[in-house]
This record gives sequence, structure tokens and C-alpha cells, in this order.
Amino acid sequence: MWLYQKKLEYPIKIKNTNPRLAKFIISQYGGPDGELAASLRYLSQRFGMPEEKSKAILNDIGTEELAHLEMVGSIVHQLTDGVPAEELEKAGLGAYYTDHGVDVYPSSAAGVPFTAAYIACKGDPIANLQEDLAAEQKARATYEKLINLCADDPDVVDPLRFLREREVVHFQRFGEALNGVQEKLAQKRFYQGNIN
Amino acid sequence: MNEDINNMSREDLMYKIQGINFSLIELALYLDTHPDDRRAIYFHNQKANELRMLTEYYQKLYGPLTIQYPCDKWRWLEQPWPWEKGGNCSCGCTKKS
Repeated sequence: MWLYQKKLEYPIKIKNTNPRLAKFIISQYGGPDGELAASLRYLSQRFGMPEEKSKAILNDIGTEELAHLEMVGSIVHQLTDGVPAEELEKAGLGAYYTDHGVDVYPSSAAGVPFTAAYIACKGDPIANLQEDLAAEQKARATYEKLINLCADDPDVVDPLRFLREREVVHFQRFGEALNGVQEKLAQKRFYQGNIN
Repeated sequence: MNEDINNMSREDLMYKIQGINFSLIELALYLDTHPDDRRAIYFHNQKANELRMLTEYYQKLYGPLTIQYPCDKWRWLEQPWPWEKGGNCSCGCTKKS
């Protein structure tokens, strides 16, 4: 189970609202390579993982992704907090405001609602860990695009840089986990046969 | 470390807690794939003790960080939530209770 801690993993202190940036950043909340997909992917893959180090890494990175989900939600919230409806509309969030108001709804930058089809749980530890390595790189690439789009506001770029760096570390750890699984699968297996 | 925590604002104390908490996350992920690294375990122990001490101090002054912290009245609602601007910044919420 999880125990909620009333703090963010990394501080989010955005002084100026900017709904235009929120429209892009929400993709890391509920988009194809976002933090919701990441956490669900790893936490769901844990159950079938046969190797101890990889079980731990899926559990602990999946948990950290939940903290990142909260960070991205906080960025979106602070960028849109108190912004009047007409300004949201000008920023391209009129349709969003109609359906979701000031809630943070898991969807992509293009407005596509979150779907579990973004994640894979193949029931195969090698296939799953390869999926996870690719997912971390795709999330890193998305954060780099967001950093380019948000370059004007250092309050937004700072936590995005932190989140980008975490993708790099997770990629490294998943690579080590994959090595462990491959070593385990390559070990010689001894069976008690029926010796005549 | 002890020399300055008594004079820290709520915001600075939280920032310090977040920093140590992050060290523990990073060390834990490293230890998941390098469980025999004695040096990493040493650092993890050091940071874990530091976090326990600082969290206890913070909660005494400003209220609970988890629902497991015992209070004589329900103080979970008192401080702003982390996603709110006041949850992270100096907005006059540095008063000691």
C-alpha cells in the first residue's frame, strides 16, 4: 500500500499563470508518455516479474512516477489557477474548460483522454523491461520538447528539467534490471531426472 | 546540520526535507540493482536518520506530513496542500503554531 506524504518530491512555485503552457504540459499528466501511464505500466508489470531486483525496481520507480504525476498536476493547476474563462479560451482551453472546469483531467496535449492502451503488460519480463526502457526515453524526449516550448518561464523549466533527469536515471536502472533478468534466464537449470 | 534548523522558516525546512527525501529515493533505486554496495547503504542510513529527525521536528511545529502522525486535534487540514501555491512558497505561512 501507499502512505501519502503531504509534500511534493520537488518544489513547484510558479509565479505567473500561463494557460497556453498548461495545455502542452498536461500531456505528461495523461498523455501517451505521461506519468499516469508510467506509474500504471510499472506497477502493473510488478505482479508477473520473476526476478527480485526487477520486482523492487518496478515497485519503486512506479511509486516515484506517482509523485511525478502529482508534480505535473501541480504545474498545470498553478499555471491555470484563477485564470478567467475567456483567457482559457484564448489559450485554446475553451473545450477543456467546458468539460473539466478547473480540474486536472488526464489527457494528451491534443485533448485525447487517457487510455490504458498507452501501456503494455506483455507477461514476459524481457519484453516488459524493453518497453520500460523505451517509455523512459519517450518521456525524456517529451520533457525536452516541453522545455523548448516553456523556455520563457524559468519557474516552469526548473521542475521540467528535474523530471527529465529522472527519466534518464530510471532508464539506467531499468537497463541494470534487464541485465539481471537476462543473467537469471541464462543460468543453467538442473532437473532431477529419471535416471535408469 | 543542527546549527541552523531552529532558525529556519517553514519553507526552508520543507526544502531541506525534500532534498533529503530525494537522496533517499535516488539511493533506494540504486540499491535495488546494487544491493551489495556497502557505501551506498552507509549513505542511505545516514540520510534515513537525518530525515527521521527533521520530519519529527517539522511535524511538531507545523502539523502532520502523513495521517500516521498523532495529534491532540485533527491538524491534517490546517496546512495548505502541496499542489497549492501556499503549499510550496513563502506566503506568510511560516508562522510557528
